[in-house]
Amino acid sequence: MALRTLFTKKSLTLASAFRPIAVASTAGDQRLGSGLSQARGLTVAALPDLPYDYGALEPAISGEIMRLHHQKHHQAYVTNYNNALEQLEAAIAMGDATAVVRLQSAIKFNGGGHINHSIFWKNLKPVNEGGGEPPHSSLGWAIDTDFGSLEALVQKMNAEGAALQGSGWVWLALDKGFKKLTVETTANQDPLVTKGANLVPLLGIDVWEHAYYLQYKNVRPDYLKNIWKVIDWKYASEVYEKETA
Amino acid sequence: MAMALPLAYASSVVHPFEAGRLSFSTKATKHKKQIYQFRKVTKVLAYYGLTNPPYKLDALEPYMSRRTLELHWGNIHRGYVDSLNKQLPNSPFYGCTMEELIKTTFNNGNPLPEYNNAAEVWNHDFFWESMQPNGGRLPWGGVLDQIEKDFGSFSNFRDEFVHSAMKLFGSGWVWLVLKTNERRLSIVRTSNALCPLVWGDIPIISLDMWEHAYYLDYKDDVSKYVNNFMDHLISWHSATARMVRAEAFVNLGEPKIPVA
Repeated sequence: MALRTLFTKKSLTLASAFRPIAVASTAGDQRLGSGLSQARGLTVAALPDLPYDYGALEPAISGEIMRLHHQKHHQAYVTNYNNALEQLEAAIAMGDATAVVRLQSAIKFNGGGHINHSIFWKNLKPVNEGGGEPPHSSLGWAIDTDFGSLEALVQKMNAEGAALQGSGWVWLALDKGFKKLTVETTANQDPLVTKGANLVPLLGIDVWEHAYYLQYKNVRPDYLKNIWKVIDWKYASEVYEKETA
Repeated sequence: MAMALPLAYASSVVHPFEAGRLSFSTKATKHKKQIYQFRKVTKVLAYYGLTNPPYKLDALEPYMSRRTLELHWGNIHRGYVDSLNKQLPNSPFYGCTMEELIKTTFNNGNPLPEYNNAAEVWNHDFFWESMQPNGGRLPWGGVLDQIEKDFGSFSNFRDEFVHSAMKLFGSGWVWLVLKTNERRLSIVRTSNALCPLVWGDIPIISLDMWEHAYYLDYKDDVSKYVNNFMDHLISWHSATARMVRAEAFVNLGEPKIPVA
């Protein structure tokens, strides 16, 4: 499936999955709702397409989970994030500081969910397209330097993912300042930057129950063990090389 | 509620070969050998048990399937009980009742390792008893009066409860609690394993909003799960019993005695 055209907005760094919409146009776009009449354009988030079929990651992740995860959960984050953005714009325009602050948790949760899942889809790849192939070159060496071996890294991420209480994410992060790889966890939908402004996500694994419950039931360790078969290390390497160039 | 049961195990067993050898040794050495064998102390360990829900696992169909209960109670709840029991032998809090354990290990916001398991065991016990087959609909008597007093009307309370559940970000629970200081009913949302007991409040009803509680039955349709809970599962019998007990601790004012 083709990826949608990419646009950027000045204040949002994630290049994909955003498109600018002229608010003044009334081309029947329900997402914006009625009543917004500012001339300023509001860039809203959009659900990115998956570059593979829902069933392409079987048997590591079932097609049913992928479909629900993408069409329902991620879509809900996008919708709610856009709603929160609209409300935020209105609150800013009216100088309503209480409303602005009140909306922050909804923006952090839904915006974070959108950001995290957009990265997650790119972290996954069907086996016949290179999913699961270990990293080479600079990322491979960095992993060996910082963790000892790829197995040690996988084990560490699995341990932290399994130990995470409640919902959250486990990340392989690059600390831009120290040029070091680290394993981090974030709670709920907090994006990785909440753990450190210098952290760049290379790989993220969703350990919310919706990511695995239908298939693995409550055995999160099995899910973590199997997901490595469809991890796209090429994407992680690309990000790593770009950040360490 | 989870009870502490004694489990005694002897740590020495007479080996059949030794038993044979015993008969050939002198009386003195036999006596010494017997003393030696029983010198190892028998260790008695109390542990928490997994209590059964007060209904069969398929009794809540079609609003909560048997499969969900099998996994939720049989694997997840049981897992917390087992994890807690594994922590207990080395824990300084061995010997507490469940409520004591939760309050002490909460440690005023800096929870100790036993907190998560203890709180989740208690939370799930409370949750099973907050539901019943043919539940839902309206409360009656004192509970209904108190709800109408504190929320305006039952439908206000219901809307607020559902709204609170939908607004929860991440894993957690929604509770109807009796606040001891404010002396009124209130709806509270907690994250992960947090339990209102730690604030000294008295829970009356709870709803598990962790995804494992509804995902198999409702997938992502959270609103349907919460509404089904309100309409068909909530046990006002349990709520009444809990309110009665709570009123022994919280003075809710004069009861409304109908004039003859």
